[in-house]
Amino acid sequence: MIEQLNKAFESRVRLGVMAVLVVNDWVDHARLKELLGVTDGNLASHLSALEELKYVQVRKRFVGKRPNTSYKSSVTGAKAFRTHLEAIERLIPRP
Amino acid sequence: MTHNDPSQELAHIRGLMERSTRFLSLSGLSGVVAGVVALFGATLARFHINDALTPDADFLTYGLERGYSPLHDLRVTLIMDAGLVLFMALLGAFWFTWRRSRRTGQHLWDSSARRLVVNMLVPLGVGGLFCLALFYYGLPGLVAPATLIFYGLALFNASKYTLDEIRWLGMSELALGIVAMFWLEAGLLFWAIGFGVLHIFYGGLMYLRYERGTEQNA
Repeated sequence: MIEQLNKAFESRVRLGVMAVLVVNDWVDHARLKELLGVTDGNLASHLSALEELKYVQVRKRFVGKRPNTSYKSSVTGAKAFRTHLEAIERLIPRP
Repeated sequence: MTHNDPSQELAHIRGLMERSTRFLSLSGLSGVVAGVVALFGATLARFHINDALTPDADFLTYGLERGYSPLHDLRVTLIMDAGLVLFMALLGAFWFTWRRSRRTGQHLWDSSARRLVVNMLVPLGVGGLFCLALFYYGLPGLVAPATLIFYGLALFNASKYTLDEIRWLGMSELALGIVAMFWLEAGLLFWAIGFGVLHIFYGGLMYLRYERGTEQNA
């Protein structure tokens, strides 16, 4: 049962990022920062970890003259997140 | 951070999912102001209709096919009434929601607000054009029920992206609109209930549930 808890989601930030991405289409860096209340550097390192696992898709483009990076959950990522969530739910003792 | 309390963890995740998709800064006071404005507007329209209506006029056409002089055309007066009400209501709604968004710290124009506005404006815009067509064909009696129905559909549609009360408000507007459709002589009364009384009721409810007590930390 415990094995189903995904190591990738041990960090609260990574779990939070996935939570936002599974219910939204492309979300940009600034919006994620605002929702999670973390610093740029912290967020960036967690995002690249998720990217390496192929849990998120990344899109870089320019909005006017400013570069804008957006993220979206991949099918693998969404599945992993859901499995992890179910595992957490099973940890809650039933009344 | 490995072993958090799982139920706390879940609450945190749910909160994030909710906050990232829904616009939660909608102020109940916006609804109350819109409701009060609507009641004034309905009273004004009542006077205009009473002035223009001949005793034998029916409640579908208000006798408009008889051709009033364009200057005193009831249509123009009613559309101006409606425009004024809409403008005042939007102004009030915007002001209170802006004030609230400063308190909650949620940006007024973030992606959840944009989604809310788009999902609201599409049915509402179509409804507005439909009502203009009703006026154009000389059927003002159908305008009040039609505004209720289209507004109800717009709210129902947009409620996925904001507070749950909006869903109930939408369904109430739809129910009223359907009844009003078959009771044209009371059209304006139903309009006043839908846009006036219901806005005040649900706006007040939202204010009491989410905002009262948070005022001091402005």
